[in-house]
Amino acid sequence: MIQRCHMLLAGGLLLCTQVQAVEFKQVLANESSVTFAYKQMGVPLDGKFNKFAAQLAFDPAKIAKAQARIDIDVASIDTGSTEANDEVVGKLWFNAKTYPVASFVSTGLKALGDNRYEATGKLSIKGRTQEVKAPVTFQAAGNRGAFDGSFTIKRLDYAIGEGEWTDVGTVANEIQIKFHLVVKVAPSKK
Amino acid sequence: MNTIITRYNTTAIALHWLVALLVFAAFPLGMYMHDLPLSPTKLQLYSYHKWLGITVLLLAVLRVVWRVTHAPPALPDNLSRGQQIASHVTHQFLYVLILAVPISGWLMSSAKGFKTVWFGVLPLPDLVGKDKALGEMLSNVHESFNYLLLALVLLHIAAALKHHFIDKDGVLLRMSLKGERS
Ligand code: HEM
Repeated sequence: MIQRCHMLLAGGLLLCTQVQAVEFKQVLANESSVTFAYKQMGVPLDGKFNKFAAQLAFDPAKIAKAQARIDIDVASIDTGSTEANDEVVGKLWFNAKTYPVASFVSTGLKALGDNRYEATGKLSIKGRTQEVKAPVTFQAAGNRGAFDGSFTIKRLDYAIGEGEWTDVGTVANEIQIKFHLVVKVAPSKK
Repeated sequence: MNTIITRYNTTAIALHWLVALLVFAAFPLGMYMHDLPLSPTKLQLYSYHKWLGITVLLLAVLRVVWRVTHAPPALPDNLSRGQQIASHVTHQFLYVLILAVPISGWLMSSAKGFKTVWFGVLPLPDLVGKDKALGEMLSNVHESFNYLLLALVLLHIAAALKHHFIDKDGVLLRMSLKGERS
């Protein structure tokens, strides 16, 4: 239980309310990001997804109940070059027309201590679903908090890059996905 | 004619022809790769082009170092003052361009957000940050420098052939791969 006190200056009153739990529920999309890093001919490159929606419920005291879901608009991808942006929404890569959304749905969260966690979940891209595990840190300050984590996928597991693009010597198979989610407490109204 | 020919030394001759060979590879590759549709081949060719170009830059630096530390062999005395100046100016410009062409390519790559990793192993620093407008500007600079280089190389070759076949003054032999090394 956490006590919240507000000083009401006008009346000189100290008013304390009891909040049942600090549940972080509201994701601030504008301050959050989903980015990725990969190698092309040995050259490190990175990009980001400009549009995604995240739903989340996280109470540090009730880890078992934590839930997260992130839906990414794959067409909002920015690889850093227009030519590549036009290419990767196409059939051989994300096939954004048929599979407009890539999603991550959490299946569990394990506390590793020291604000570190391990999140597991199902990542679905282009109609293919794989289990992923990501180390996550959570830093809270007041009624705000931020999750940071990253994990690496193999693009060919999701058929991202078919045909000639299955050549992983040119565009590497490993894609590191990084996320930074800024969340706010939704105070319970009890 | 039996003018005594003084030749460039082995280092200078080797560097000259190595740079020539690499420029003759990098130039058409640059022209060709540019208009290809995006494909793994295109990405590979871009990288090969950059690796070749950076190799030219390295060799060009060596050439400039050689040139400032060594006096080139004296020109045969059949050359008029005007010819001597013309050849001197052309050579200076060629040195500048074999440096400026790859440097503009390197900066362009950085501005376009692509780090240059020489032979996929050695990352070169990005001397300019990612900046789309700058990238496009440098792409034009790279292209213009290349056309200037092409024009000067053609002039250079024409002059060498003229000396060899018309003047028959042995100027070409000074840089020839065949012949006695000094
Ligand atoms: C001797 C060295 C070099 C030569 C002779 C050369 C020549 C050329 C030529 C002829 C083009 C085509 C120009 C056009 O029509 O747009 C080109 C394009 C290009 N070069 Fe080079 N280049 C050299 C070095 C480099 C280096 C060192 C880099 C980068 C590290 C580089 C990067 C590029 C790129 C990225 C393009 C494509 C431009 C675009 O897409 O707009 N070049 N080069």
